[in-house]
Amino acid sequence: MHVSYSSWFKHLVSLSDSLTHMVVTVAKTLTRSHRELSWREIYTLSPAQGGDKLAYRNRAGSAEPRMSETVKLIGIFSSPLVHRAEVALRLKGVPYEFIEEDLSNKSELLLQHNPIHKKVPVLLHGDRRPAICESLVIVQYVDEAFVQGPALLPADPHARATARFWARFIDEKCWRSAWMALWAEDGEARETAAREAKANLTLLETQLQGKRFFGGDRVGFLDVAAGGIAHWLGVFEEIAGVRLLGDDEHPALCRWASDYTADEAVRPCLPDREALLAAMATKKERYVSIARAMTRKRM
Amino acid sequence: MLSCSPTSTHHPHSTSSQHSHPQTQTDRHPSNAPTMASEKSSSDLTLLDFWVSPFGQRVRIALAEKSLPYEYVEEDLLAGKSERLLQSNPVHKKIPVLLHGGKPVNESLIIVQYLDEAFPDTPSLLPSDPYARAQARFWADYVDKKVYDCGSRLWKLKGEPQAQARAEMLEILKTLETELGDKEFFGGEHGFGFVDAAFAPFTPWFMSYEKYGEFKVAEVAPKIAAWAERVGKRESVAKSLYSPDKVYDFIGVLKKMYGIE
Repeated sequence: MHVSYSSWFKHLVSLSDSLTHMVVTVAKTLTRSHRELSWREIYTLSPAQGGDKLAYRNRAGSAEPRMSETVKLIGIFSSPLVHRAEVALRLKGVPYEFIEEDLSNKSELLLQHNPIHKKVPVLLHGDRRPAICESLVIVQYVDEAFVQGPALLPADPHARATARFWARFIDEKCWRSAWMALWAEDGEARETAAREAKANLTLLETQLQGKRFFGGDRVGFLDVAAGGIAHWLGVFEEIAGVRLLGDDEHPALCRWASDYTADEAVRPCLPDREALLAAMATKKERYVSIARAMTRKRM
Repeated sequence: MLSCSPTSTHHPHSTSSQHSHPQTQTDRHPSNAPTMASEKSSSDLTLLDFWVSPFGQRVRIALAEKSLPYEYVEEDLLAGKSERLLQSNPVHKKIPVLLHGGKPVNESLIIVQYLDEAFPDTPSLLPSDPYARAQARFWADYVDKKVYDCGSRLWKLKGEPQAQARAEMLEILKTLETELGDKEFFGGEHGFGFVDAAFAPFTPWFMSYEKYGEFKVAEVAPKIAAWAERVGKRESVAKSLYSPDKVYDFIGVLKKMYGIE
């Protein structure tokens, strides 16, 4: 019986591939903390576990991004929306280059890559064009494209819908009412908005339900979406001389804010508070005019 | 002033006798639609909705695309909000609300994504590739932020503010035209997708926008006009939408309620 060298070698290579795969899988399993299956894990379950039904989705699409593809984030250090994108990248362990933008003098780069809204954050991933815009769209993209990191959204569809709902609530209700409470010119309008803003924060707080983070044991999608409340709101409050988020009215949310800002992935993405205060104090006029425009648009 | 924000609209002020109750509508109403919508289903889905709401219609389109049976419950918003609605969406008190096994899901685009994820055996509206998904979410968000709000200003306002709304609407249509390009659907390779479902319910509103804004979609954005016609023939869309005339009449009812000339 003749066994050629090359076929033996191929056999050895394929064996070593399987072994490597096994080792990697075991390593990943060991390092994975006990938690609910991520959406991607559900994709790869065996047919008996119901995995096959979902497998077509992942098979059809996402080639895992090559590590050589550069990730660039266009943003400003002082924006809570840019923070969302940055934290998502850090949580997933994705290396990126941060390009600081000057919004008072928008660069060709920004105008080219976000012609529709002309805003930050903007994510450039390899040569994918157009770029990815809108903070929560970016966060979900980072969650789905970089499968090697922990999942930001929970696995359960209803829990995902709930997280998305409250993220929208933060943008449409929390920030809107807070903004009016901080910067509306009319005193009565400010007071009404303040009551609304505090009530909205209380509502958001209910979503913690005794957990450390909105995402459970670790920072997740809704925590990232709420990051602005944890670190930026206090600075705005200081400049405006208005108190909205407080230990007395929102004890759980305040405790969350301190846990969130202390998290090791989050901390490096937080601008220095003093620098933030200095930068934002100069923009008060602009904040007031935004509030004015919001009042006009209300129908 | 009543707010007309994205996920629903039309807080009741008084019962309007001029508002034609859905039960008197013609064959297009969901409760008269083929058994699909009226069966109490094994998928255990209930949709709280308002007949002419473009946001509710997105969900109806998605359910039809997926051939998912559901119970349709009309919330007569002009008459008042039911206990069930207030309990299912206590935060916003708005339709559409999807109840799945009794658990509520709110906000039209969130519901559509939920349906994709909870019923993975059915045709998906979002594509599978993360980058394509991001683009679809961006454009659905664009439609959400821009179309209804600008359209409302177009029929509510007069003079300079209306002229501004008109200019914005033209801008919006041209932007969407560029995004659609020569594709059959916004979904591109994926086919009829998330953005198509998000924008299709606004197509019957075009006639009203045209009348109030004094322009023609076919002239400003011919590809969008062609897409509207194509999409209107699609079964899931055709059975979920009402005619432009009915929408125009409904706007008339709202204007009377708001005391707008």
